[in-house]
Amino acid sequence: MTVVKHDPQRDLADLIDTISERALFARLETVRLISIAKTGHYASGFSCAEILATLYYGVMRLRRGEPDWPERDRFLFGKGHAAATLYPLLADWGFFDPRELDEYTRLGNAFGDHPDMTRIPGIDFSSGSLGHALSTGTGIALGTRMRGYDSNVFVLLGDGELHEGQIWEAALGAAHHQVSNLIAIVDRNDHSLDGRIDTVTGIEPLEDKWRAFGWQAHRVDGHDVAALLALLRSVVADTARTSPVVIIADTVKGKGISYMEAEFGWHLGWLAEQDERNAIEELRRGR
Amino acid sequence: MSIAPGLQPESWHLLTLLDRAPGLHALADTLADLVDEGHPILAGTADLKYSNGLVRFQERHPDHYVQFGISEQHMVSTAAGLATTGWQPHVATFASFLALLACEQIRTDVAYTQLPVRLIGHHAGITLGYYGTSHHATEDLAITRSIAGLTVIAPADAAQLRSALRAATDWPGPIYFRIGRGQDPDVYDRDDRGFTIGRAIEHSVGSDLTIIATGSMVHPALSAAATLQAEGISTGVLDMHTVKPLDADAVSRAAARSGVILTVEEHSVLGGLGGAVAEVVAGHGHGARVVRHGLRDEYALIGPPSHLYRHYGLDADGIVRAARTALG
Repeated sequence: MTVVKHDPQRDLADLIDTISERALFARLETVRLISIAKTGHYASGFSCAEILATLYYGVMRLRRGEPDWPERDRFLFGKGHAAATLYPLLADWGFFDPRELDEYTRLGNAFGDHPDMTRIPGIDFSSGSLGHALSTGTGIALGTRMRGYDSNVFVLLGDGELHEGQIWEAALGAAHHQVSNLIAIVDRNDHSLDGRIDTVTGIEPLEDKWRAFGWQAHRVDGHDVAALLALLRSVVADTARTSPVVIIADTVKGKGISYMEAEFGWHLGWLAEQDERNAIEELRRGR
Repeated sequence: MSIAPGLQPESWHLLTLLDRAPGLHALADTLADLVDEGHPILAGTADLKYSNGLVRFQERHPDHYVQFGISEQHMVSTAAGLATTGWQPHVATFASFLALLACEQIRTDVAYTQLPVRLIGHHAGITLGYYGTSHHATEDLAITRSIAGLTVIAPADAAQLRSALRAATDWPGPIYFRIGRGQDPDVYDRDDRGFTIGRAIEHSVGSDLTIIATGSMVHPALSAAATLQAEGISTGVLDMHTVKPLDADAVSRAAARSGVILTVEEHSVLGGLGGAVAEVVAGHGHGARVVRHGLRDEYALIGPPSHLYRHYGLDADGIVRAARTALG
């Protein structure tokens, strides 16, 4: 019998490769889905693809094919408009048949531009109206804790979403109630619909703001899978934490496609056939 | 909670406020009893535990109580999140700040998702008379009634509130409870004639007129009906405690029996009980005339509630006058 020697370094490198590959898969699927709908949110999905993939493949406690397992970790997508980038990962976890995505946005199907918990297995709470998810996440985190589960609740917020007042109500409330199983991640892609965040309504200094609200705050490159994985795992491993945690993840809107990175107008759009082929090629090349 | 030594007996402060609103004990005590009985109830408020009585709930079940601070939108969304983990949250604040300020959270996080959240809008209508327009809730029935999948209940008194809270324990979807300031005179003793969500209570039948009242207006409507009856006007009274789903059968029977239906509500005549009843009568075509009594397209004046009720004809005398006018 051959004994395979366990090599943690090698395992970690393999995991980082897997996560990066799943992030690419999520981007390619986003392009495919938007091509069905003929309009959608490319750039917001691309900025958070590594964050989603790291959570789903390297951090969250989930059971394949069991979207309602009560002790699972939860994920709430505050910036729900990027749902097309999340759906392929949920299908990959066996929460529904991936072929269902072929009907994306068609009349009466479950999958729209924003995630809907009443229709899609694996969506832990619906979103679309910005600013709610940190509160609903607080409720889920409190509720699971009061039930005696040690679930973590991850909430991915847009940086433009931080303009909503309810975010700061939730920031105060979660810190006051020491909801330490609540982990917010801000996708800091520096753009909202009308342009650069600092030209719309400035939000920095972000870490100072969250810390002043009683949160533990970290900052990381949101496309660096190794860094994301290490940080998220260290947060989760710190079971002695007493406050909620926020991670500011610096990202690039439209990451992976050169002309989307350069033009904020790709927040919402549709690629014609030839441009789509070029986009897919550029994504596959990894530039 | 007692009055501090050295003060005159008629003096009172925040901590004694609740003793002046015994009807609100029904809210806290019933919820606390339900926890004792094993229901997965949580109760929370937005910095108003002395106003709505939940301080009494907190004393009995501190582990089932959540203080949200002045953050109504956050409170409603958090309640929705709690409900996904098997709890039945009851969140209470002034009706104006619940139905108006947190309207979108109610619609999107609670009603669309059909989670078993109980939204308790207290001090509804003009019960906060001299606090001013910001504190008046004369649109909350219209707002909540238009939200798909949201049940709307306005109990007439403390006994009915107790029955309604109990009836709600196995109601699958969300409910908006509209209650007053806990000083409503008793309509019901312990027997509220078998409270069932969605089924009006028929106090009397009348061939000339049916008064359909909800919440705080049931008591003066019954007094008004007695006066009209004594004058030889055959007057029916329906307690329409559930504004949605409206008991369309009861309305239809009343329309078939009476030539005139007078709806009475501590609310705008636009979109509340009167609107709901008119929709049913128009649809059933019994030929009855619906006259809606309440606030018109206006903001209520500032003043003590009892003065406001007199001014707007929302007392027994005012309802009698409205009935005579309606009958021509």
